[in-house]
Amino acid sequence: MDHSSIESIGKYLHNFPGGLKLKHYKALSCSKPLPAQQLPLSQEYIIPVSQHLGRPAEIIVSPGQQVQKGQQLSAPGKASSTPGTYVHAPTSGEIIAIEQRPAPHPSGLNSTCIILRADGKDDWIALEPVADYRQLSRQQLIRLVQAAGIVGLGGAVFPTDIKLQSGAGSIDTLILNGAECEPYISCDETLMKQDPEKVIQGALILSRVLDIKRVLVAIEDPMDACSQKLQAGIKTMGAADCIKVVRVPMLYPEGGERQLIQVLSGTEVPAGKLPVSMGILVLNVATAAAIKDAIIDGKPLIDRLVTVTGAGISEPQNVVARIGTPIADLISFCGGYTPGIASLVMGGPLMGIGLQSDSLPIIKASNCILALTHADISSPQVEMPCINCGDCVSVCPAGLLPQTLQMVIRAENFEALEELNLDACIECGCCDYICPSHIPLVDYFRYGKSEQRVRAVERKQSDLAKLRFERREKRLAKQQTERRARHLKRKQALAGSSDKKDSVAAAIVRAKARKQALTAPHNSDSNTGSGEADGI
Amino acid sequence: MSEYLLILVSTVLANNFVLVRFLGLCPFMGVSNKVEGAIGMAIATAFVLTLSSASSYLIYTWLLVPFELTYLSTLSFILVIAAMVQLTEMIMHKTSPLLYRVLGIFLPLITTNCAVLGVALLNVQEQHNLLQSALYGFGAALGFGLVLVAFAAVREKVAMADVPTHFKGAAIGLVTAGLMSLAFMGFSGLANL
Amino acid sequence: MTAAIIILTSLALIFGLALGYAAIRFRLEGNPVADQIEALLPQTQCAQCGYPGCRPYAEAIAADEVDINRCPPGGEAGIKQLADLLGKEPIPLDADAGIEKALPEVAIIHEDICIGCTKCIQACPVDAILGAAKKMHTIIAAECTGCELCIPPCPVDCIDMIPVSIDLSNWQSDKPVPITTISKQLSSADNAGEAVA
Repeated sequence: MDHSSIESIGKYLHNFPGGLKLKHYKALSCSKPLPAQQLPLSQEYIIPVSQHLGRPAEIIVSPGQQVQKGQQLSAPGKASSTPGTYVHAPTSGEIIAIEQRPAPHPSGLNSTCIILRADGKDDWIALEPVADYRQLSRQQLIRLVQAAGIVGLGGAVFPTDIKLQSGAGSIDTLILNGAECEPYISCDETLMKQDPEKVIQGALILSRVLDIKRVLVAIEDPMDACSQKLQAGIKTMGAADCIKVVRVPMLYPEGGERQLIQVLSGTEVPAGKLPVSMGILVLNVATAAAIKDAIIDGKPLIDRLVTVTGAGISEPQNVVARIGTPIADLISFCGGYTPGIASLVMGGPLMGIGLQSDSLPIIKASNCILALTHADISSPQVEMPCINCGDCVSVCPAGLLPQTLQMVIRAENFEALEELNLDACIECGCCDYICPSHIPLVDYFRYGKSEQRVRAVERKQSDLAKLRFERREKRLAKQQTERRARHLKRKQALAGSSDKKDSVAAAIVRAKARKQALTAPHNSDSNTGSGEADGI
Repeated sequence: MSEYLLILVSTVLANNFVLVRFLGLCPFMGVSNKVEGAIGMAIATAFVLTLSSASSYLIYTWLLVPFELTYLSTLSFILVIAAMVQLTEMIMHKTSPLLYRVLGIFLPLITTNCAVLGVALLNVQEQHNLLQSALYGFGAALGFGLVLVAFAAVREKVAMADVPTHFKGAAIGLVTAGLMSLAFMGFSGLANL
Repeated sequence: MTAAIIILTSLALIFGLALGYAAIRFRLEGNPVADQIEALLPQTQCAQCGYPGCRPYAEAIAADEVDINRCPPGGEAGIKQLADLLGKEPIPLDADAGIEKALPEVAIIHEDICIGCTKCIQACPVDAILGAAKKMHTIIAAECTGCELCIPPCPVDCIDMIPVSIDLSNWQSDKPVPITTISKQLSSADNAGEAVA
């Protein structure tokens, strides 16, 4: 760990390799303040159980059950090594079904969802706000964060409690990531403009949880309003010695965790290691705000700010949407589609995932719903051969060799992939964007990664099978030798008894001989005669 | 001293046995599919070449010349080389069984690698002394190893590239080798030996 | 002439002796190649290759007794890895050994039919079947290798193979198909259509 760079983190700005200057289209949704009226209740909420990285949690409600707003619907299983996170009811109502529904995921596969029919009352469950979080221990605070079901709201949805647990005691800098670098997305900017106190409160709680003195809020250079609001908020809350606002240049993918750290500290997070190893923890500003809600107000994570934008939306804006709201409801709230709508994306134009329908729900990862028109989407280009121009290498923020990776993946040479550090790819899409041959590089990388993952699992399974097979063989061999030993013993026992028989026979013979000996003097001649005859 | 350096430069680059003299092409095409195999082959050949060129010099100078049996040189050189190759095979089988399997038939075929016999015969022709002979053999092996590994590295990349169907395999390999040979012609002015 | 014969013979003798010593000195023990081959085999222990397990098959490959294309669970990918390791050309899977399944499968016991005969338990090479005599048996899906060895001994045919279900945890993204390939396939399909017409 380079301490000098950690000390000076945030004082000077550095560069990360590559990156793209993109037109950012943020004014579309960001120029207006949050709507005064709230998103009306939907009839039905679809809450996927698995909204985070890791295994799904266990469902603790059953169909037909009445639930209150904010009630826990699922809890981490005790058995699994990576427990899932809690999900909560976004409103009060009845659980009408627990079934497989399509979830917003690149696979388009179904996943287990809890279907909640709203009763319109929107009654909160009894909340337990914490009067003074300073009275609570670090572990108690982390447990509250876990119980509120908080995950990274920047899109990676890693359970925040696990992240805090791993960082507690070993880090000295917290970076709150407000550098939304992907075009169109403006939910974090809106949050910082509307509720700077929330973010700062969250930051103060986090600095208490992590026992640190330095929190950096990183925002992009053009976010002037945000900067002023945050500064003012910091001043009024008297946190100026602890929290600092840093403006980083606007360059995609500046908001990537590793890229942001590199810009602020000048040091690259080593491949395969987490920022925690450098004493740095990065959380999204929205996550910090959610932590404030969870601890100060006792409210679990049941809603989030979503940017609804794109030329395909009549009134693009940021909306507070409950988790589980069907996207269609959100869009009709924003004035519906414009004619010419072509595709719907969850996330930004570079890293987002295409959605099959607008009946899918908003999940904790949904920072943006982007509706693109035909004019926005270039017609699918024919993929041309790679000409080794190296453009992808010069834009790759992870310092990888996209063209070589692509070639290796195409040739299915998965052993070579390890050396090329495919794992370090953040799938930012810069290479895709710049490629003059229109090669879908990120698609190749996703395929390569999933193939690597599957192979690792298969290897693990085959190792297990081998172990079990060998143990079985050993056991069978042992049984065999035992059986043989048993048989041998029994045979010996049998042989022993035959000895007895022999002795009996011998005794009989002896008795006969004695008898003969007694009778012999009487007919010895005939006896010898017969003996001779026998001899002949 | 400069004479020895010249021998080295000449055999490695200017008069490279594979790409300039076109000797020993069989393993050059045969075991250049993977870099690891190529490195193994390069080491094995270097071992055989250095030892055999030194010992064939000794046999030539101390046995064949005094007894006026120089007409037996080819025969006795082959004997030396064959013994060296057998030894190399055993050592390689012991130290790296997998490499032994990967190289397969090409390992015993070092015996008939014309570069190996060529070096032994050229040593006689050029009237090298013992050190020069050994260096000549080692230089030849170094040059052989260099182009073999470089060629294998190129072929590994070519294997992943989108090669037209009719050029796949040996065809594109030979084209590549030809281009490499052209490149090595650039060294021709470096040393004249 | 005699000098020539003597010299050559003595040379041959010397080299022969040296090599004889080397052969003793560098004798190889164990079979390290088999270990490396075994590490690439899928360890289903299904015996479809004709050997009683993955280790014997690996040893047979190491001894060059059998081709590398007799492992259906490993499939084409497995053959490619073996070919890479051994410096051979990949060859298509031997159809005699079996065919590669499109999806990995696990066995499942229909528990209402099972009579509790324990025959499948004895057949399972990885102890993935749980049960006792006259008690219903069940398969530990996480440990089942899908070798199908339990199916033939079952007297009531209550074991079926089902493909492992794809969900979000084991989902795999597809390999992108270059548009050039698609258009080629389309045009060849067109040609086939014309030929039929």
